Amino acid sequence: MIAGWINSCYESIRNWWVACGIPLVWLDIIRAILLGIVLAIIVVVAVLILTYVERKVAGHFQSRMGPMRVGWHGLLQPIADAIKLIQKEDIVPEKADYWVFTLAPFVVFVPVMMVLVVIPFGDHLIVQDLNIGILYIFAVSGIGVVAILMGGWASNNKWSLLGAMRSVSQMVSYELPLILSVLGVVILAGTMSMGGIVEAQRKMWFIVYQPLGFIIYLFAATAEVNRVPFDLPEAEQEIVAGYNTEYSGMKFAMFYLAEYANMFIVSMIGATLFLGGWQGPLLPSPVWFLIKTGAMVFILLWFRWTFPRFRVDQLMDFGWKVLLPFAFINLLVTALVVII
Amino acid sequence: MAEDRDRILKTMITEDELSAIEARPELKKDYRTEEFWMNVGPQHPSTHGVLRLVLKMDGEVIVDCVPQIGYLHRGLDKMAELKTYNQYLPYLDRADYVSAMLTEHCYVMAVEKLAGIEVPERAEYIRVIVSELNRIASHLVWLGVLSLDLGAITPFLYCFREREIIMDLFEMLCGQRLTYNYLRFGGVAFDIDEAVNPNAPHKFLGITVNPGGERGVDFTTLAYRFAEVFPDRVDDYEAILTHNEIFLERMAGIGYLPLDVALSYGVTGPNIRGSGFAYDIRKVDKYSIYEKVYNGTGIEPPTGEKGDCWDRYKVRIQEMRDSCKMIKWCLDNIPDGPIRSKVPRVLKVAEGETYMRIEAPRGEFGIYLVSDGTNKPYRLKLRGPSFSNLSVLPYMIRGYKVADLIAIFGSLDVILPDCDR
Amino acid sequence: MASDYIVVCVMFFIALGFVGVALFVAKLVRPRRPTNVKLTTYECGEKPWGGAWVQYNVRFYLVALAFVVFDVEAAFLFPWAVVFKKLGLFGFIEMAVFIFVILFGLVYVWRKGALKWV
Repeated sequence: MIAGWINSCYESIRNWWVACGIPLVWLDIIRAILLGIVLAIIVVVAVLILTYVERKVAGHFQSRMGPMRVGWHGLLQPIADAIKLIQKEDIVPEKADYWVFTLAPFVVFVPVMMVLVVIPFGDHLIVQDLNIGILYIFAVSGIGVVAILMGGWASNNKWSLLGAMRSVSQMVSYELPLILSVLGVVILAGTMSMGGIVEAQRKMWFIVYQPLGFIIYLFAATAEVNRVPFDLPEAEQEIVAGYNTEYSGMKFAMFYLAEYANMFIVSMIGATLFLGGWQGPLLPSPVWFLIKTGAMVFILLWFRWTFPRFRVDQLMDFGWKVLLPFAFINLLVTALVVII
Repeated sequence: MAEDRDRILKTMITEDELSAIEARPELKKDYRTEEFWMNVGPQHPSTHGVLRLVLKMDGEVIVDCVPQIGYLHRGLDKMAELKTYNQYLPYLDRADYVSAMLTEHCYVMAVEKLAGIEVPERAEYIRVIVSELNRIASHLVWLGVLSLDLGAITPFLYCFREREIIMDLFEMLCGQRLTYNYLRFGGVAFDIDEAVNPNAPHKFLGITVNPGGERGVDFTTLAYRFAEVFPDRVDDYEAILTHNEIFLERMAGIGYLPLDVALSYGVTGPNIRGSGFAYDIRKVDKYSIYEKVYNGTGIEPPTGEKGDCWDRYKVRIQEMRDSCKMIKWCLDNIPDGPIRSKVPRVLKVAEGETYMRIEAPRGEFGIYLVSDGTNKPYRLKLRGPSFSNLSVLPYMIRGYKVADLIAIFGSLDVILPDCDR
Repeated sequence: MASDYIVVCVMFFIALGFVGVALFVAKLVRPRRPTNVKLTTYECGEKPWGGAWVQYNVRFYLVALAFVVFDVEAAFLFPWAVVFKKLGLFGFIEMAVFIFVILFGLVYVWRKGALKWV
């Protein structure tokens, strides 16, 4: 309903714009800027809420209360944390490569915003439904690893170096199963556009046809966002804080922000590809999308507070010798079933 | 095991390739990978205090390791020479503060042996009860921290939840939660019947103590209830760790400690039992009333087979269950009577020397005591189990990865104040 | 078509701007009191033993090479998957051959032990 109202507003503005004789490109750019600012605010708010929820969920998993002091049941805790992080001194080690060190927080945040472009948040609530949606997502989100490598290498710290190298080895392990697990969905939907995939699930969610694909996606996505049991690049008990050992203040906050935003994003992608996206009865479509995303996020939280951590070579074994063959089998079986 | 490690130790370049590179020196620089030195600790999340390990690394693999200790040295041995026998007892609590009751137990037994002090039967029972409770508390710290080191945070908090009950029990008993100063020469300071917490809720951290619902709890009731309930809690830990595939992968098949190596390094306690040698000083020396306890409960010291991290883990888990049985048996059979024999306020110990040892949670804790007939020890030497257990670490971790270092070190259960003293 | 990507391009700059603004705002607020000790790299409280920029033995070099091959292959699979329903049996057999060749490669790499960490 709201989306319809916004769209009609946009249509009238557009007509007026054309009547004025200014090239439409400028309107597109202004629209994109406005949407981008809105998305950035959504990302920040979502991450603030997610950090609170994570700590609260963790607390109750572990038979304790979680944050309770700042505000009612600790509700203002994330805001207090954010204020604290803004005030923190920003320390760049003497021996670090200053420019690469400073650039890494930029690089880590860019893919987060760029991926959000193609996520359908609700009925017609999508910034730009690119026709190569999924491929675009994988292409862009892979950049995050580069940022980790940059940050880890530039720190000139052995722990950061270990973390960065682990991050690369992890990417080499999970990326293939991640991509292959999604191919089954692409075959079923016959399109790569995210909107098209949601449309294709009007009758039945793809998780019903692709249970194996969903499980592989779940594991690989957990590895992509560096969550337990695959949080090797920042395994604090082993390599202190991994790639962000030397980061402090706002630069650290950017890594933190990107990490939690990525967690949201893989959940949103999972909800879109396998759980029918924004579709659902009675409730408005963004609410359905939020519920499904929340369920996926909860699974990730559940993993984190249950499992120990893999070792780095075990993760590689797991990716190449378990997930990858299963992903191939899933792909072939899907193709076979569709053909018959 | 050994072959596996050799394989890991070898780099990717084979002999043939190596000679080919040797023939063309201009290639040498490109093919070379550097080893680098790295400090782990004293400020590291999982060195359990202030241990410093100097690692020689080749990528992620550890080539060599040199433990450095001394960051927590307080000179406990020397301090003993300046204090009277009574005054030294609280200092000893700081030697191994995770299991202070057991170090105290060793010290008072050494002094009693030298001074010829008789201990009443009831006091011996109480000593065994608090020792075994403290052993469980110590193993809980180990289990929690081990799982934390492996990345599972939830079991850590579960373990500390149960440890909290033991701490509360000790607080009822002697007012202290960590450094107890509870044992005395010739007995114990307070009777367990006097230990009451009148304000405790009837539900004590999930354990229902008084089913009637009245508040207040005494030591015996809570300790007995704890010993009854705790094996179920151990089942919970096992459900979340033992039956977890990732945990198994991380623990099994790494950190082999062959028995001959363990013996030559002087490794004791659960670590050597994990290597398959049923060496338990409680059973071997039969000190205090442990002979009766073992006969009464029919417990045999658990042993492992291969001596990897998994075996050490299983041994300690079983020890926690055994300790519960011992506590229950002691509380069932504790006799009435005095809790302390008459000992002069200024204790003068006859001239002589003795070595007393007990089975601490980490292994053999021993005290070598020399007396010159005055009220102060002439010389006192502590033998901490953690020191020997730590010195075997370099042998065990060569060729493994950083992540394994954490698992192996965690499975050894080293505590630094016990190393440095 | 190309206009679709205007929003992507704009989003790129907004992300950069967001981080830039955040860092700038923090710069106005935060203190700046560097000391020598603060500016050393962290090595668990000890003085760093040499730098970290070494010729690092990555140990998964062969896996990374295999990854590149397989990743390109996955990129080939995407267009096939989109039009799979139209291609029908022909497309399936064509791609099955391709996938089996790749799978054979995987088995070969596996048997050769290249997937192991050295």
